[in-house]
Amino acid sequence: MANPLLQDKLLVSNLEIVPGRRVRTHLGMVQGSTVRSKHVGRDLLAGLKNIVGGELKGYTELMQEARDEATARMMAQAQSIGANAVLNVRYSATSITMGAAEILAYGTAVVLE
Amino acid sequence: MEIIAGFFNWIVFLVLLALGYFVGRWKEHAHYASIRKREAQYANVLAFAVRYPPDVVTPQDCRLVSGSVVISSDYFKQFVAGLRTLIGGQLSSYESLLDRARREATLRMKAEAQRFGSTLVINVKIESTTVSGGMRKGLPAMEVMTYGTALKPAAARAEPTG
Repeated sequence: MANPLLQDKLLVSNLEIVPGRRVRTHLGMVQGSTVRSKHVGRDLLAGLKNIVGGELKGYTELMQEARDEATARMMAQAQSIGANAVLNVRYSATSITMGAAEILAYGTAVVLE
Repeated sequence: MEIIAGFFNWIVFLVLLALGYFVGRWKEHAHYASIRKREAQYANVLAFAVRYPPDVVTPQDCRLVSGSVVISSDYFKQFVAGLRTLIGGQLSSYESLLDRARREATLRMKAEAQRFGSTLVINVKIESTTVSGGMRKGLPAMEVMTYGTALKPAAARAEPTG
């Protein structure tokens, strides 16, 4: 997702098991989060776009960037404790105030055989 | 003077309403046409909400794939929904909005799975969040994200990683 190169080294999946591979060590939960807001220009444009409806591309990109960042942080944490996979990954998003959102990615770091 | 200002406000309101209705309808129509076209295109990529992969002998490569979209309703729909909340009941104008968002997000996830070379996505989760803008309170923009694990037979891989 975030970084295809990193994902080749570290397996990230929202499954609880990996088909054909066994979990050797369980390292506990890892997480990554980020809070993002949009800048005024994007917000104004979105306000105009809101008259006719449809996709707000600026926001889609923003949320995607935030999610990539959260995933990257989670993966960095997993790597720092010596995991080679993160399983059962979940995403959660909350809007904190108007114009700011927190994205959280969490999962279980494991060592696969 | 006040009468002119009030009249001007009404004109702006009606223009926004008409713009929302006609352009919004046209855009929704175009979006649905595009969704249907791509749904046919990605029909070979299957997405399931099952938690465990099927019992197959061949080892599988897996990867997290996701798709997301932020979608906003038009001025007309907001107005109609605002009136509708007075009497309650089904807000069908928002139903189609969320339906579009969910299908679009699923399609983007399937597109990513196809780029990875997979035709099967399992453990699919759909998540929606309100994205409120700073302009006004309650700008009805929704973010829908779909994610799951794409599987493909590991035979396509050059050497197994340990």
